[in-house]
Amino acid sequence: MLSRTPAGRWRLTERLAALGVDRVVLLALPAAAVIGLLFIYPFLYGLGLSFQPRQGGGILANYLGFFNDGYERSTISKTLRLALPAALLNVAVSVPIAHKLRQPVRGKRLLTTVLILPVTLGTVLVAQGLIRYFGPAGWFNQALVALGLVDAPLSLTNNYIGVFASLIITGFPLSMLLILGHASGIDPDVERAAATLGAGPTRRFWTVSFPLMLPGITIALVLAFVAAFAVFPSAVMVGNPSGSTRVISIAAYQAAFERFDYSMASTIAMIMAAVELAVIGVVLGARSRLYRGATSGGKG
Amino acid sequence: MADALAGRPAGVPRPRLTFSPSGWLLAAVMAFFVVNVVALVVSVLFNSFASSWFATPIPSGWTTRWYRFAATTFQLSDVLVVTAQVGAAVVAISLVVGAPAAYVLARRTFPFKRALLLLFLLPMLVPPITYGIPLATALYKFNLAGSLRGVILANLVPALPFVILVLTPFIEQIDENVERAARMCGASTWRVFSRVLAPLCIPGLLAAGLMVLVRVLAMFELTFLTAGPGDQTLVVALYYSVFAAGIRPAQAIDAMAVVYMLTTFVPLLIALRFVNPTQMVVRLKREAAA
Repeated sequence: MLSRTPAGRWRLTERLAALGVDRVVLLALPAAAVIGLLFIYPFLYGLGLSFQPRQGGGILANYLGFFNDGYERSTISKTLRLALPAALLNVAVSVPIAHKLRQPVRGKRLLTTVLILPVTLGTVLVAQGLIRYFGPAGWFNQALVALGLVDAPLSLTNNYIGVFASLIITGFPLSMLLILGHASGIDPDVERAAATLGAGPTRRFWTVSFPLMLPGITIALVLAFVAAFAVFPSAVMVGNPSGSTRVISIAAYQAAFERFDYSMASTIAMIMAAVELAVIGVVLGARSRLYRGATSGGKG
Repeated sequence: MADALAGRPAGVPRPRLTFSPSGWLLAAVMAFFVVNVVALVVSVLFNSFASSWFATPIPSGWTTRWYRFAATTFQLSDVLVVTAQVGAAVVAISLVVGAPAAYVLARRTFPFKRALLLLFLLPMLVPPITYGIPLATALYKFNLAGSLRGVILANLVPALPFVILVLTPFIEQIDENVERAARMCGASTWRVFSRVLAPLCIPGLLAAGLMVLVRVLAMFELTFLTAGPGDQTLVVALYYSVFAAGIRPAQAIDAMAVVYMLTTFVPLLIALRFVNPTQMVVRLKREAAA
Protein backbone atom coordinates (compact mmCIF):
# COMPACT_ATOMS: atom_id res chain seq x y z
CA MET A 1 0.00 0.00 0.00
CA LEU A 2 1.22 3.45 -0.84
CA SER A 3 0.90 5.97 1.97
CA ARG A 4 1.61 9.67 2.12
CA THR A 5 3.62 11.58 4.69
CA PRO A 6 1.76 14.35 6.51
CA ALA A 7 3.08 16.84 3.96
CA GLY A 8 1.24 14.87 1.31
CA ARG A 9 4.33 13.61 -0.53
CA TRP A 10 5.25 10.04 -1.36
CA ARG A 11 7.79 8.51 0.96
CA LEU A 12 11.26 8.20 -0.58
CA THR A 13 11.19 4.40 -0.37
CA GLU A 14 7.87 4.36 -2.18
CA ARG A 15 9.05 6.67 -4.92
CA LEU A 16 12.11 4.46 -5.37
CA ALA A 17 9.96 1.33 -5.34
CA ALA A 18 7.91 2.78 -8.18
CA LEU A 19 11.15 2.96 -10.20
CA GLY A 20 11.95 -0.65 -9.32
CA VAL A 21 14.49 0.12 -6.59
CA ASP A 22 13.81 -1.75 -3.38
CA ARG A 23 15.86 -3.50 -0.75
CA VAL A 24 16.57 -6.47 -3.01
CA VAL A 25 18.39 -4.23 -5.48
CA LEU A 26 20.78 -3.33 -2.66
CA LEU A 27 22.10 -6.89 -2.89
CA ALA A 28 24.11 -5.76 -5.92
CA LEU A 29 25.87 -3.09 -3.86
CA PRO A 30 28.69 -5.22 -2.38
CA ALA A 31 29.74 -6.41 -5.83
CA ALA A 32 29.56 -2.88 -7.23
CA ALA A 33 31.61 -1.63 -4.26
CA VAL A 34 34.31 -4.27 -4.80
CA ILE A 35 34.67 -3.37 -8.49
CA GLY A 36 34.51 0.34 -7.66
CA LEU A 37 37.23 0.09 -5.01
CA LEU A 38 39.51 -2.39 -6.75
CA PHE A 39 39.07 -1.41 -10.39
CA ILE A 40 37.60 2.07 -10.88
CA TYR A 41 39.42 3.75 -7.97
CA PRO A 42 42.91 2.35 -8.84
CA PHE A 43 42.38 3.35 -12.45
CA LEU A 44 41.49 6.92 -11.50
CA TYR A 45 44.31 6.95 -8.93
CA GLY A 46 46.74 5.82 -11.65
CA LEU A 47 45.40 8.45 -14.02
CA GLY A 48 45.96 11.13 -11.38
CA LEU A 49 49.39 9.76 -10.53
CA SER A 50 50.44 9.89 -14.19
CA PHE A 51 50.03 13.69 -14.07
CA GLN A 52 52.30 14.01 -11.01
CA PRO A 53 55.75 13.21 -12.38
CA ARG A 54 58.36 12.16 -9.84
CA GLN A 55 60.95 14.52 -11.32
CA GLY A 56 58.53 17.44 -11.59
CA GLY A 57 58.44 19.47 -14.79
CA GLY A 58 54.75 20.08 -15.37
CA ILE A 59 51.78 17.74 -15.38
CA LEU A 60 52.52 16.33 -18.84
CA ALA A 61 56.21 15.65 -18.20
CA ASN A 62 55.73 11.85 -18.06
CA TYR A 63 53.77 11.70 -21.30
CA LEU A 64 56.28 13.98 -23.07
CA GLY A 65 59.13 11.92 -21.64
CA PHE A 66 57.59 8.70 -22.96
CA PHE A 67 56.97 10.01 -26.46
CA ASN A 68 60.31 11.85 -26.75
CA ASP A 69 62.31 8.78 -25.73
CA GLY A 70 62.66 6.67 -28.89
CA TYR A 71 63.35 3.45 -26.93
CA GLU A 72 60.16 3.84 -24.88
CA ARG A 73 58.04 5.13 -27.77
CA SER A 74 59.02 2.18 -29.97
CA THR A 75 57.33 -0.21 -27.50
CA ILE A 76 53.96 0.86 -28.94
CA SER A 77 54.89 -0.12 -32.50
CA LYS A 78 56.60 -3.31 -31.29
CA THR A 79 53.45 -4.32 -29.42
CA LEU A 80 51.18 -3.47 -32.34
CA ARG A 81 53.45 -5.41 -34.72
CA LEU A 82 52.90 -8.50 -32.55
CA ALA A 83 49.28 -8.01 -31.49
CA LEU A 84 47.59 -6.93 -34.73
CA PRO A 85 48.84 -9.76 -37.00
CA ALA A 86 48.31 -12.32 -34.23
CA ALA A 87 44.72 -11.18 -33.54
CA LEU A 88 43.83 -10.94 -37.24
CA LEU A 89 45.31 -14.36 -38.02
CA ASN A 90 43.59 -16.00 -35.03
CA VAL A 91 40.20 -14.62 -36.04
CA ALA A 92 40.65 -15.18 -39.80
CA VAL A 93 41.44 -18.87 -39.26
CA SER A 94 38.69 -19.29 -36.65
CA VAL A 95 35.86 -17.99 -38.85
CA PRO A 96 35.80 -20.75 -41.51
CA ILE A 97 36.44 -23.49 -38.93
CA ALA A 98 33.71 -22.21 -36.60
CA HIS A 99 31.38 -21.98 -39.62
CA LYS A 100 32.11 -25.62 -40.46
CA LEU A 101 31.47 -26.69 -36.85
CA ARG A 102 28.44 -24.48 -36.13
CA GLN A 103 25.98 -27.37 -36.14
CA PRO A 104 26.23 -30.37 -33.84
CA VAL A 105 28.71 -32.75 -35.44
CA ARG A 106 30.59 -35.73 -34.09
CA GLY A 107 33.82 -34.93 -32.32
CA LYS A 108 32.87 -31.31 -31.67
CA ARG A 109 32.89 -31.72 -27.91
CA LEU A 110 36.31 -33.41 -28.01
CA LEU A 111 37.73 -30.69 -30.25
CA THR A 112 36.45 -27.88 -28.05
CA THR A 113 37.84 -29.70 -24.99
CA VAL A 114 41.27 -29.86 -26.62
CA LEU A 115 40.97 -26.16 -27.50
CA ILE A 116 40.15 -25.12 -23.93
CA LEU A 117 43.43 -26.65 -22.68
CA PRO A 118 45.85 -23.95 -23.97
CA VAL A 119 43.44 -21.24 -22.79
CA THR A 120 43.41 -22.60 -19.25
CA LEU A 121 47.12 -23.39 -19.18
CA GLY A 122 47.92 -19.74 -19.77
CA THR A 123 50.82 -17.95 -21.40
CA VAL A 124 53.40 -18.80 -18.72
CA LEU A 125 53.12 -22.53 -19.24
CA VAL A 126 52.88 -22.23 -23.03
CA ALA A 127 56.02 -20.08 -23.06
CA GLN A 128 57.78 -22.51 -20.73
CA GLY A 129 56.82 -25.39 -23.06
CA LEU A 130 57.92 -23.48 -26.15
CA ILE A 131 61.42 -23.01 -24.72
CA ARG A 132 61.91 -26.78 -24.97
CA TYR A 133 59.59 -27.63 -27.88
CA PHE A 134 60.66 -24.80 -30.22
CA GLY A 135 64.27 -24.86 -29.04
CA PRO A 136 67.17 -25.97 -31.25
CA ALA A 137 66.98 -29.54 -29.87
CA GLY A 138 63.18 -29.63 -29.56
CA TRP A 139 60.74 -31.84 -31.43
CA PHE A 140 59.63 -29.10 -33.81
CA ASN A 141 63.11 -28.49 -35.16
CA GLN A 142 63.89 -32.22 -35.13
CA ALA A 143 60.81 -32.82 -37.28
CA LEU A 144 61.74 -30.05 -39.71
CA VAL A 145 65.26 -31.44 -40.12
CA ALA A 146 64.02 -35.05 -40.42
CA LEU A 147 61.53 -34.02 -43.13
CA GLY A 148 64.35 -32.31 -44.99
CA LEU A 149 62.61 -28.93 -44.87
CA VAL A 150 65.63 -27.20 -43.32
CA ASP A 151 69.32 -28.12 -43.08
CA ALA A 152 70.01 -26.76 -39.59
CA PRO A 153 67.60 -26.09 -36.68
CA LEU A 154 65.81 -22.75 -36.98
CA SER A 155 66.12 -20.23 -34.21
CA LEU A 156 62.51 -19.96 -33.04
CA THR A 157 62.85 -18.77 -29.44
CA ASN A 158 64.26 -15.62 -27.88
CA ASN A 159 62.86 -13.63 -30.78
CA TYR A 160 59.67 -12.37 -32.44
CA ILE A 161 58.69 -15.83 -33.71
CA GLY A 162 58.60 -17.35 -30.22
CA VAL A 163 56.28 -14.68 -28.87
CA PHE A 164 54.10 -14.78 -31.98
CA ALA A 165 53.77 -18.56 -31.64
CA SER A 166 52.75 -18.23 -27.99
CA LEU A 167 50.11 -15.65 -28.99
CA ILE A 168 48.70 -18.06 -31.59
CA ILE A 169 48.68 -21.03 -29.20
CA THR A 170 46.75 -19.20 -26.47
CA GLY A 171 44.85 -16.78 -28.73
CA PHE A 172 43.52 -19.03 -31.49
CA PRO A 173 41.49 -21.30 -29.16
CA LEU A 174 40.03 -18.24 -27.44
CA SER A 175 38.82 -16.62 -30.68
CA MET A 176 37.70 -19.99 -32.02
CA LEU A 177 35.58 -20.79 -28.94
CA LEU A 178 34.10 -17.28 -28.85
CA ILE A 179 33.10 -17.36 -32.52
CA LEU A 180 31.88 -20.95 -32.27
CA GLY A 181 29.81 -20.14 -29.18
CA HIS A 182 28.17 -17.31 -31.09
CA ALA A 183 27.77 -19.22 -34.38
CA SER A 184 26.09 -22.18 -32.65
CA GLY A 185 23.28 -19.82 -31.64
CA ILE A 186 22.46 -18.83 -35.22
CA ASP A 187 19.21 -20.33 -36.51
CA PRO A 188 20.21 -22.89 -39.20
CA ASP A 189 16.83 -22.37 -40.92
CA VAL A 190 18.03 -19.01 -42.23
CA GLU A 191 20.74 -20.69 -44.27
CA ARG A 192 18.36 -23.48 -45.35
CA ALA A 193 15.97 -20.82 -46.64
CA ALA A 194 18.79 -19.29 -48.68
CA ALA A 195 19.62 -22.72 -50.08
CA THR A 196 15.97 -23.27 -51.02
CA LEU A 197 16.06 -20.00 -52.92
CA GLY A 198 19.00 -21.29 -54.92
CA ALA A 199 22.05 -19.72 -53.26
CA GLY A 200 25.21 -21.81 -53.54
CA PRO A 201 27.56 -22.49 -50.59
CA THR A 202 29.84 -19.51 -51.31
CA ARG A 203 26.97 -17.08 -51.68
CA ARG A 204 25.25 -18.48 -48.57
CA PHE A 205 28.43 -17.95 -46.58
CA TRP A 206 29.10 -14.36 -47.66
CA THR A 207 25.55 -13.04 -47.79
CA VAL A 208 23.89 -15.05 -44.99
CA SER A 209 26.22 -16.75 -42.50
CA PHE A 210 29.04 -14.23 -42.40
CA PRO A 211 26.85 -11.17 -41.67
CA LEU A 212 25.07 -13.16 -38.94
CA MET A 213 28.41 -14.23 -37.46
CA LEU A 214 29.77 -10.68 -37.46
CA PRO A 215 28.82 -9.72 -33.88
CA GLY A 216 30.69 -12.75 -32.57
CA ILE A 217 33.62 -12.08 -34.90
CA THR A 218 33.82 -8.45 -33.76
CA ILE A 219 33.90 -9.37 -30.07
CA ALA A 220 36.44 -12.14 -30.75
CA LEU A 221 38.65 -9.71 -32.66
CA VAL A 222 38.46 -7.12 -29.89
CA LEU A 223 39.24 -9.64 -27.13
CA ALA A 224 41.96 -11.35 -29.20
CA PHE A 225 43.61 -7.99 -29.80
CA VAL A 226 43.32 -6.88 -26.18
CA ALA A 227 44.81 -10.17 -24.94
CA ALA A 228 47.65 -10.02 -27.47
CA PHE A 229 48.34 -6.35 -26.77
CA ALA A 230 48.83 -7.10 -23.08
CA VAL A 231 51.34 -9.89 -23.80
CA PHE A 232 53.78 -9.99 -20.93
CA PRO A 233 55.16 -13.31 -19.64
CA SER A 234 55.79 -14.85 -23.05
CA ALA A 235 57.46 -11.67 -24.35
CA VAL A 236 59.97 -12.09 -21.52
CA MET A 237 60.30 -15.89 -21.58
CA VAL A 238 60.41 -16.76 -25.29
CA GLY A 239 61.08 -13.30 -26.68
CA ASN A 240 63.91 -10.84 -26.74
CA PRO A 241 62.77 -8.61 -23.86
CA SER A 242 65.41 -5.95 -24.37
CA GLY A 243 65.08 -5.81 -28.15
CA SER A 244 62.51 -6.83 -30.73
CA THR A 245 59.86 -7.94 -28.22
CA ARG A 246 60.25 -5.21 -25.61
CA VAL A 247 56.49 -4.67 -25.56
CA ILE A 248 54.74 -1.84 -23.75
CA SER A 249 53.80 -4.00 -20.75
CA ILE A 250 57.50 -4.69 -20.14
CA ALA A 251 58.19 -0.94 -20.23
CA ALA A 252 55.41 -0.38 -17.66
CA TYR A 253 56.63 -3.22 -15.45
CA GLN A 254 60.24 -1.95 -15.51
CA ALA A 255 59.15 1.56 -14.62
CA ALA A 256 57.15 0.29 -11.63
CA PHE A 257 59.22 -2.55 -10.22
CA GLU A 258 62.76 -1.87 -11.38
CA ARG A 259 62.91 1.95 -11.20
CA PHE A 260 60.08 2.24 -8.63
CA ASP A 261 58.72 5.23 -10.59
CA TYR A 262 55.02 4.49 -10.03
CA SER A 263 54.05 7.76 -11.68
CA MET A 264 55.80 6.81 -14.94
CA ALA A 265 54.44 3.25 -14.69
CA SER A 266 50.90 4.59 -14.38
CA THR A 267 51.56 6.85 -17.36
CA ILE A 268 52.59 3.88 -19.50
CA ALA A 269 49.57 1.88 -18.26
CA MET A 270 47.29 4.78 -19.28
CA ILE A 271 48.96 4.99 -22.72
CA MET A 272 48.45 1.22 -23.04
CA ALA A 273 44.76 1.57 -22.17
CA ALA A 274 44.38 4.49 -24.62
CA VAL A 275 45.91 2.54 -27.53
CA GLU A 276 43.69 -0.46 -26.71
CA LEU A 277 40.58 1.70 -26.59
CA ALA A 278 41.55 3.38 -29.88
CA VAL A 279 41.85 0.03 -31.66
CA ILE A 280 38.61 -1.23 -30.06
CA GLY A 281 36.96 2.00 -31.26
CA VAL A 282 38.17 1.44 -34.82
CA VAL A 283 36.93 -2.18 -34.82
CA LEU A 284 33.52 -1.30 -33.37
CA GLY A 285 33.27 1.70 -35.69
CA ALA A 286 33.90 -0.49 -38.73
CA ARG A 287 31.39 -3.00 -37.39
CA SER A 288 28.64 -0.41 -37.02
CA ARG A 289 28.81 0.35 -40.75
CA LEU A 290 27.80 -3.25 -41.49
CA TYR A 291 24.65 -5.30 -40.95
CA ARG A 292 22.97 -5.28 -37.56
CA GLY A 293 20.11 -7.57 -36.75
CA ALA A 294 18.78 -10.67 -35.08
CA THR A 295 20.79 -13.87 -35.27
CA SER A 296 18.08 -16.26 -34.19
CA GLY A 297 14.98 -16.34 -36.41
CA GLY A 298 11.76 -14.51 -35.57
CA LYS A 299 9.92 -17.40 -33.99
CA GLY A 300 10.51 -15.97 -30.55
CA MET B 1 19.51 -31.71 -25.38
CA ALA B 2 21.52 -30.19 -28.20
CA ASP B 3 20.04 -32.82 -30.49
CA ALA B 4 16.54 -32.01 -29.35
CA LEU B 5 17.17 -28.34 -30.04
CA ALA B 6 18.39 -29.16 -33.52
CA GLY B 7 15.06 -30.88 -34.13
CA ARG B 8 16.55 -34.34 -34.58
CA PRO B 9 14.70 -37.40 -33.29
CA ALA B 10 16.46 -39.24 -30.49
CA GLY B 11 18.61 -42.14 -31.59
CA VAL B 12 19.54 -40.69 -34.98
CA PRO B 13 23.35 -40.21 -35.01
CA ARG B 14 24.82 -36.76 -35.49
CA PRO B 15 25.84 -36.09 -39.09
CA ARG B 16 29.44 -36.73 -39.97
CA LEU B 17 31.51 -33.84 -41.19
CA THR B 18 31.64 -33.99 -44.97
CA PHE B 19 34.88 -32.72 -46.40
CA SER B 20 35.21 -30.62 -49.51
CA PRO B 21 38.72 -29.54 -50.66
CA SER B 22 38.47 -26.38 -48.53
CA GLY B 23 37.18 -28.54 -45.68
CA TRP B 24 40.29 -30.71 -45.90
CA LEU B 25 42.45 -27.60 -45.74
CA LEU B 26 40.66 -26.42 -42.60
CA ALA B 27 40.94 -29.89 -41.06
CA ALA B 28 44.68 -29.87 -41.84
CA VAL B 29 45.13 -26.46 -40.17
CA MET B 30 43.19 -27.65 -37.15
CA ALA B 31 45.15 -30.92 -36.98
CA PHE B 32 48.47 -29.07 -37.25
CA PHE B 33 47.45 -26.85 -34.36
CA VAL B 34 46.22 -29.68 -32.13
CA VAL B 35 49.28 -31.86 -32.86
CA ASN B 36 51.62 -29.02 -31.93
CA VAL B 37 49.79 -28.19 -28.70
CA VAL B 38 49.74 -31.84 -27.64
CA ALA B 39 53.42 -32.27 -28.61
CA LEU B 40 54.31 -29.16 -26.61
CA VAL B 41 52.62 -30.51 -23.48
CA VAL B 42 54.09 -34.00 -23.96
CA SER B 43 57.59 -32.61 -24.47
CA VAL B 44 57.32 -30.77 -21.13
CA LEU B 45 56.10 -34.02 -19.53
CA PHE B 46 58.93 -36.10 -21.08
CA ASN B 47 61.59 -33.57 -20.15
CA SER B 48 60.47 -33.54 -16.51
CA PHE B 49 61.22 -37.29 -16.30
CA ALA B 50 64.38 -37.18 -18.43
CA SER B 51 67.78 -37.81 -16.90
CA SER B 52 69.12 -35.91 -19.91
CA TRP B 53 67.63 -35.03 -23.27
CA PHE B 54 69.53 -33.54 -26.16
CA ALA B 55 68.71 -33.64 -29.86
CA THR B 56 67.11 -37.09 -29.85
CA PRO B 57 63.45 -38.02 -30.36
CA ILE B 58 63.10 -39.29 -26.79
CA PRO B 59 65.24 -38.77 -23.69
CA SER B 60 68.21 -41.07 -23.15
CA GLY B 61 67.10 -42.11 -19.66
CA TRP B 62 64.25 -41.66 -17.21
CA THR B 63 64.26 -40.46 -13.59
CA THR B 64 61.94 -38.94 -11.02
CA ARG B 65 64.63 -37.02 -9.19
CA TRP B 66 63.71 -33.65 -10.76
CA TYR B 67 60.42 -33.72 -8.86
CA ARG B 68 62.27 -34.15 -5.56
CA PHE B 69 64.74 -31.47 -6.68
CA ALA B 70 61.90 -29.06 -7.57
CA ALA B 71 60.07 -29.80 -4.32
CA THR B 72 63.06 -28.72 -2.21
CA THR B 73 64.60 -25.98 -4.40
CA PHE B 74 61.36 -24.19 -5.24
CA GLN B 75 59.65 -24.81 -1.85
CA LEU B 76 56.87 -26.49 -3.74
CA SER B 77 54.80 -27.40 -0.66
CA ASP B 78 54.71 -23.76 0.54
CA VAL B 79 53.75 -22.62 -2.94
CA LEU B 80 50.97 -25.19 -3.15
CA VAL B 81 49.58 -24.11 0.23
CA VAL B 82 49.55 -20.45 -0.87
CA THR B 83 47.93 -21.41 -4.19
CA ALA B 84 45.20 -23.34 -2.36
CA GLN B 85 44.60 -20.46 0.07
CA VAL B 86 44.35 -17.87 -2.69
CA GLY B 87 42.13 -20.11 -4.83
CA ALA B 88 39.75 -20.95 -1.96
CA ALA B 89 39.48 -17.35 -0.75
CA VAL B 90 38.87 -15.88 -4.21
CA VAL B 91 36.26 -18.52 -5.09
CA ALA B 92 34.44 -18.10 -1.75
CA ILE B 93 34.42 -14.30 -1.76
CA SER B 94 33.47 -13.94 -5.41
CA LEU B 95 30.59 -16.41 -5.02
CA VAL B 96 29.26 -14.81 -1.82
CA VAL B 97 29.48 -11.28 -3.24
CA GLY B 98 28.67 -12.15 -6.85
CA ALA B 99 25.63 -14.41 -6.46
CA PRO B 100 23.34 -11.72 -4.91
CA ALA B 101 24.38 -9.27 -7.63
CA ALA B 102 23.63 -11.88 -10.30
CA TYR B 103 20.21 -12.40 -8.69
CA VAL B 104 19.44 -8.68 -8.90
CA LEU B 105 20.57 -8.48 -12.54
CA ALA B 106 18.53 -11.57 -13.43
CA ARG B 107 15.26 -10.59 -11.72
CA ARG B 108 14.97 -6.82 -11.54
CA THR B 109 14.89 -3.88 -13.87
CA PHE B 110 15.86 -0.58 -12.32
CA PRO B 111 17.37 2.73 -13.39
CA PHE B 112 21.09 2.57 -14.24
CA LYS B 113 20.94 -1.20 -14.69
CA ARG B 114 22.90 -0.87 -17.93
CA ALA B 115 25.52 1.24 -16.15
CA LEU B 116 25.85 -1.45 -13.47
CA LEU B 117 26.23 -4.11 -16.16
CA LEU B 118 28.91 -2.02 -17.84
CA LEU B 119 30.73 -1.69 -14.51
CA PHE B 120 30.85 -5.50 -14.26
CA LEU B 121 31.90 -5.91 -17.91
CA LEU B 122 34.77 -3.40 -17.85
CA PRO B 123 37.29 -5.53 -15.95
CA MET B 124 36.84 -8.24 -18.58
CA LEU B 125 37.55 -5.86 -21.45
CA VAL B 126 40.74 -4.37 -20.00
CA PRO B 127 43.65 -6.81 -19.79
CA PRO B 128 45.01 -7.56 -16.28
CA ILE B 129 48.46 -6.08 -16.87
CA THR B 130 46.91 -2.71 -17.83
CA TYR B 131 44.81 -2.27 -14.70
CA GLY B 132 47.17 -4.42 -12.61
CA ILE B 133 49.90 -1.79 -12.48
CA PRO B 134 47.70 1.04 -11.11
CA LEU B 135 45.95 -1.53 -8.88
CA ALA B 136 49.26 -2.78 -7.43
CA THR B 137 50.37 0.83 -6.93
CA ALA B 138 47.16 1.65 -5.05
CA LEU B 139 47.41 -1.54 -2.97
CA TYR B 140 51.01 -0.71 -2.05
CA LYS B 141 49.85 2.74 -0.96
CA PHE B 142 47.50 1.14 1.58
CA ASN B 143 50.10 -1.51 2.57
CA LEU B 144 47.89 -4.26 1.19
CA ALA B 145 50.16 -5.48 -1.60
CA GLY B 146 53.10 -7.77 -0.99
CA SER B 147 50.90 -10.04 1.12
CA LEU B 148 48.33 -12.77 0.77
CA ARG B 149 45.55 -10.20 1.28
CA GLY B 150 46.80 -8.17 -1.68
CA VAL B 151 46.94 -11.21 -3.95
CA ILE B 152 43.38 -12.19 -2.99
CA LEU B 153 42.03 -8.64 -3.46
CA ALA B 154 43.68 -8.27 -6.87
CA ASN B 155 42.37 -11.62 -8.07
CA LEU B 156 38.80 -10.63 -7.13
CA VAL B 157 38.76 -8.03 -9.92
CA PRO B 158 38.50 -10.50 -12.82
CA ALA B 159 36.81 -13.26 -10.75
CA LEU B 160 33.78 -11.34 -9.49
CA PRO B 161 32.49 -10.12 -12.89
CA PHE B 162 33.03 -13.61 -14.25
CA VAL B 163 30.85 -15.15 -11.51
CA ILE B 164 28.15 -12.55 -12.13
CA LEU B 165 28.13 -13.12 -15.91
CA VAL B 166 27.98 -16.91 -15.48
CA LEU B 167 25.28 -16.91 -12.79
CA THR B 168 22.92 -14.26 -14.24
CA PRO B 169 21.62 -16.40 -17.14
CA PHE B 170 21.54 -19.39 -14.80
CA ILE B 171 19.27 -17.61 -12.32
CA GLU B 172 17.15 -16.21 -15.17
CA GLN B 173 16.10 -19.72 -16.15
CA ILE B 174 14.89 -20.63 -12.63
CA ASP B 175 11.11 -20.26 -12.56
CA GLU B 176 10.19 -17.13 -10.63
CA ASN B 177 6.93 -18.76 -9.52
CA VAL B 178 8.93 -21.00 -7.19
CA GLU B 179 10.00 -17.90 -5.27
CA ARG B 180 6.48 -16.46 -5.31
CA ALA B 181 5.10 -19.70 -3.94
CA ALA B 182 7.62 -19.65 -1.10
CA ARG B 183 6.68 -16.07 -0.28
CA MET B 184 2.99 -16.95 -0.36
CA CYS B 185 3.73 -19.61 2.22
CA GLY B 186 5.25 -16.91 4.43
CA ALA B 187 8.97 -17.31 3.81
CA SER B 188 11.12 -14.27 4.48
CA THR B 189 13.60 -13.01 1.87
CA TRP B 190 16.41 -14.75 3.73
CA ARG B 191 14.48 -18.05 3.84
CA VAL B 192 13.65 -17.78 0.12
CA PHE B 193 17.36 -17.40 -0.55
CA SER B 194 18.66 -20.07 1.79
CA ARG B 195 15.95 -22.72 1.41
CA VAL B 196 14.68 -22.24 -2.15
CA LEU B 197 17.14 -20.40 -4.38
CA ALA B 198 20.44 -21.65 -3.00
CA PRO B 199 19.63 -25.36 -3.50
CA LEU B 200 18.37 -24.65 -7.04
CA CYS B 201 21.52 -22.66 -7.77
CA ILE B 202 24.01 -25.30 -6.62
CA PRO B 203 24.90 -26.55 -10.13
CA GLY B 204 25.45 -22.97 -11.31
CA LEU B 205 27.46 -22.04 -8.22
CA LEU B 206 29.59 -25.16 -8.59
CA ALA B 207 30.30 -24.48 -12.27
CA ALA B 208 31.05 -20.80 -11.65
CA GLY B 209 33.29 -21.63 -8.69
CA LEU B 210 35.29 -24.21 -10.62
CA MET B 211 35.75 -21.92 -13.62
CA VAL B 212 36.91 -19.11 -11.32
CA LEU B 213 39.32 -21.52 -9.64
CA VAL B 214 40.82 -22.49 -13.01
CA ARG B 215 41.20 -18.81 -13.86
CA VAL B 216 42.82 -17.92 -10.52
CA LEU B 217 45.32 -20.75 -10.89
CA ALA B 218 46.32 -19.49 -14.34
CA MET B 219 46.17 -15.76 -13.47
CA PHE B 220 49.79 -14.72 -13.75
CA GLU B 221 49.87 -10.93 -14.11
CA LEU B 222 47.85 -9.79 -11.09
CA THR B 223 49.47 -12.25 -8.68
CA PHE B 224 52.90 -11.40 -10.08
CA LEU B 225 52.35 -7.68 -9.50
CA THR B 226 50.92 -7.95 -5.98
CA ALA B 227 52.70 -10.96 -4.42
CA GLY B 228 55.54 -10.62 -1.94
CA PRO B 229 58.28 -13.24 -1.78
CA GLY B 230 56.28 -15.56 0.52
CA ASP B 231 52.96 -15.56 -1.29
CA GLN B 232 53.58 -16.59 -4.84
CA THR B 233 51.06 -18.90 -6.45
CA LEU B 234 52.28 -21.81 -8.54
CA VAL B 235 52.16 -19.99 -11.88
CA VAL B 236 54.22 -17.08 -10.52
CA ALA B 237 56.72 -19.46 -8.90
CA LEU B 238 57.02 -21.17 -12.29
CA TYR B 239 57.83 -17.86 -13.96
CA TYR B 240 60.44 -17.02 -11.31
CA SER B 241 61.98 -20.47 -11.54
CA VAL B 242 62.88 -19.66 -15.16
CA PHE B 243 64.46 -16.32 -14.18
CA ALA B 244 65.72 -16.67 -10.64
CA ALA B 245 69.42 -16.15 -10.19
CA GLY B 246 71.55 -19.26 -10.58
CA ILE B 247 71.41 -22.02 -13.13
CA ARG B 248 68.43 -24.36 -12.64
CA PRO B 249 68.20 -27.59 -14.62
CA ALA B 250 65.53 -27.26 -17.29
CA GLN B 251 64.07 -30.63 -16.23
CA ALA B 252 63.36 -29.34 -12.69
CA ILE B 253 61.50 -26.34 -14.15
CA ASP B 254 59.51 -28.69 -16.37
CA ALA B 255 58.73 -30.85 -13.33
CA MET B 256 57.23 -27.76 -11.74
CA ALA B 257 55.31 -27.08 -14.96
CA VAL B 258 53.85 -30.59 -14.80
CA VAL B 259 52.72 -30.01 -11.19
CA TYR B 260 51.10 -26.76 -12.35
CA MET B 261 49.34 -28.52 -15.22
CA LEU B 262 47.97 -31.19 -12.88
CA THR B 263 46.57 -28.64 -10.41
CA THR B 264 44.89 -26.81 -13.30
CA PHE B 265 43.52 -29.92 -15.01
CA VAL B 266 41.75 -31.33 -11.94
CA PRO B 267 39.26 -28.45 -11.52
CA LEU B 268 39.06 -28.08 -15.30
CA LEU B 269 38.03 -31.70 -15.83
CA ILE B 270 35.43 -31.44 -13.05
CA ALA B 271 34.15 -28.17 -14.54
CA LEU B 272 33.83 -29.74 -17.99
CA ARG B 273 31.30 -32.19 -16.55
CA PHE B 274 28.97 -29.23 -15.92
CA VAL B 275 29.66 -26.81 -18.74
CA ASN B 276 30.35 -26.78 -22.43
CA PRO B 277 33.89 -25.63 -23.32
CA THR B 278 32.48 -22.76 -25.41
CA GLN B 279 30.89 -21.40 -22.22
CA MET B 280 34.20 -21.25 -20.40
CA VAL B 281 35.43 -18.27 -22.35
CA VAL B 282 33.78 -14.93 -21.72
CA ARG B 283 30.02 -14.97 -22.22
CA LEU B 284 29.52 -11.68 -23.97
CA LYS B 285 27.44 -12.68 -26.93
CA ARG B 286 24.07 -11.59 -25.58
CA GLU B 287 25.28 -8.16 -24.52
CA ALA B 288 27.36 -7.71 -27.65
CA ALA B 289 24.51 -8.55 -29.98
CA ALA B 290 22.17 -6.12 -28.25
